[in-house]
Amino acid sequence: MAAEMIIDMTKTFAGRTPIQARIRYAVEASTVLILFGPSGSGKTTVLRSVAGLEWPEDGIIQFLSRTWLNTRSGVRVSPQDRQIGYMPQDYALFPTYSVAGNIGYGLGALPSHDRSKRIAEVVELFQLQGFETAKPRELSGGQQQRVALARAIAPRPQLLLLDEPLSALDAPTRFQLRAELRTLLKQLALPSIIVTHDWAEALTLGDVMAVMGEGQVHQVGKPHEVFSRPADADVARIVGVETVVQGRVIENANGLATVAVNGVKLKGLSSDAIGTAVYVCIRAEDVVVEQAGSGMTSARNHLMGRVSEIAPQGVMVQVTIDCGFPLTATITRGAMEDLCLVPGASVIAAIKAGAVHLVPRSAG
Amino acid sequence: MNWTAIWLTFKLASLTAGILLVVGLPIAYWLTFSKWRWKFIVESVVALPLVLPPTVLGFYILVAIGPHSPVGRLYTDMVGHPLPFTFEGLLLASVLYSLPFAVQPFAAAFDQVDRRLIEASWTLGVSNVVTFFKLIVPLSLAGLLTGVVLSFAHTLGEFGVVLMVGGNIEGETRTISIDIYDEVQALNYAGAAETALLLLAVSYGVLLLVYAMNRKVWAVWPQK
Repeated sequence: MAAEMIIDMTKTFAGRTPIQARIRYAVEASTVLILFGPSGSGKTTVLRSVAGLEWPEDGIIQFLSRTWLNTRSGVRVSPQDRQIGYMPQDYALFPTYSVAGNIGYGLGALPSHDRSKRIAEVVELFQLQGFETAKPRELSGGQQQRVALARAIAPRPQLLLLDEPLSALDAPTRFQLRAELRTLLKQLALPSIIVTHDWAEALTLGDVMAVMGEGQVHQVGKPHEVFSRPADADVARIVGVETVVQGRVIENANGLATVAVNGVKLKGLSSDAIGTAVYVCIRAEDVVVEQAGSGMTSARNHLMGRVSEIAPQGVMVQVTIDCGFPLTATITRGAMEDLCLVPGASVIAAIKAGAVHLVPRSAG
Repeated sequence: MNWTAIWLTFKLASLTAGILLVVGLPIAYWLTFSKWRWKFIVESVVALPLVLPPTVLGFYILVAIGPHSPVGRLYTDMVGHPLPFTFEGLLLASVLYSLPFAVQPFAAAFDQVDRRLIEASWTLGVSNVVTFFKLIVPLSLAGLLTGVVLSFAHTLGEFGVVLMVGGNIEGETRTISIDIYDEVQALNYAGAAETALLLLAVSYGVLLLVYAMNRKVWAVWPQK
């Protein structure tokens, strides 16, 4: 049997749409599953059920060879016995304990010497030296996040569960910690499940992604595939980024980076160094479609292409343009008629540099 | 002043508060964290001494531990004398009478402990019992102290239950409040005033301590 995670559960909260999740994926040393969706979609409930903090009324949760929940055969493994590391959204650091006390809290079974050794090890890994005796409230948001993560991994869990790990931080810290978290997860070689509603986090951190909306799992797949090929309109609406393609930074001048995507050059805002592999993410509503041969605009990117597909979506139309890579644009029905768009028509797609989002991806 | 009665009363109050700390913690824990739908039945039973006349409570305790009840017979067989009108009987009655004064502040304090902290403890592999002592108790210290102090103070001043269950035996069951009553009956107002003042001072001091210590966890007044 392949090493895998099976989640197949139904959980109902009174007066709410039942949460029905069916996710199954292969687990390797450091596989990261992203539970992606808007608030209220049930992603946190799924994570909490995996942690053993919610009890689905029906279903199976199985991690590798261990069954944690099977309502039919009455298996209910307590959170204490699951060997997990769990980090809730607000960190839930123990206010009466110091940083070292928090980190060592789950190490009660170790002899005192091993315990101190492990605390020192984890403190160093998370660069918390000098803060050992500080209380959580004396720390900055970023430091608190590191302590919470350190506490979760100190007892050497088999699976790491992170609920919106970066959402409580301000934007610059979040950006920096996103990259650090990715490195850390790979370094720990620890499978994890991360709940997020931020697509940049999903792309940066995820190996597998499950898109949730209104209590249902809509699609499970590799993050960039889910973004660029949503299974249905619901997924497209939830993820909100229609074009995700791989590229590489080839030039960078004062934060205005030039990225090559299949030989096409695009300008986007990024401080990533030359040579960085990135995902280029463009929302369909940020793409302006012009007739070929029209004049100058302020947009930095003008891509020649041909219309490959036209899909009506209510009053809007989703146009896919092949400009070296498939680019999706959302325009009104009226605009489509004025531009005489038909499959095969030559057009220019204009995108402002600020709408070209570059998310670093690992080489692997 | 009747120092025997004073000593006896403080011994009774201290033992009652001590026993309530041990007995009250698991009851309060259960009341706070149980999801049993009929929990309110137990909650009401625990709160009953707050509203019941002490004589009624005392009467039932007297009957329950008397020589005609199974409990009373068992006690008599084991110890050799019946439970009513002894210090031990009085202690049992005091514990029941002051139960809500300990359990309610305990439960209120437990209730204020963030559930997410408790869950975090569980996911770190720490059992419910260890979580209770390592996490919940340190976070509820003020409430626990409030409960102990209030049950102590409440026992100091009890009268009706003492009279019903303990009677008025010098050195065994005569407490300060009974002594004051006796003094007044004997028209010894000066003696009564002395003892009453002592009780007033101690009770006020104890409440001062509770309020100064923590105004958030539990109060006689509604929470703001």
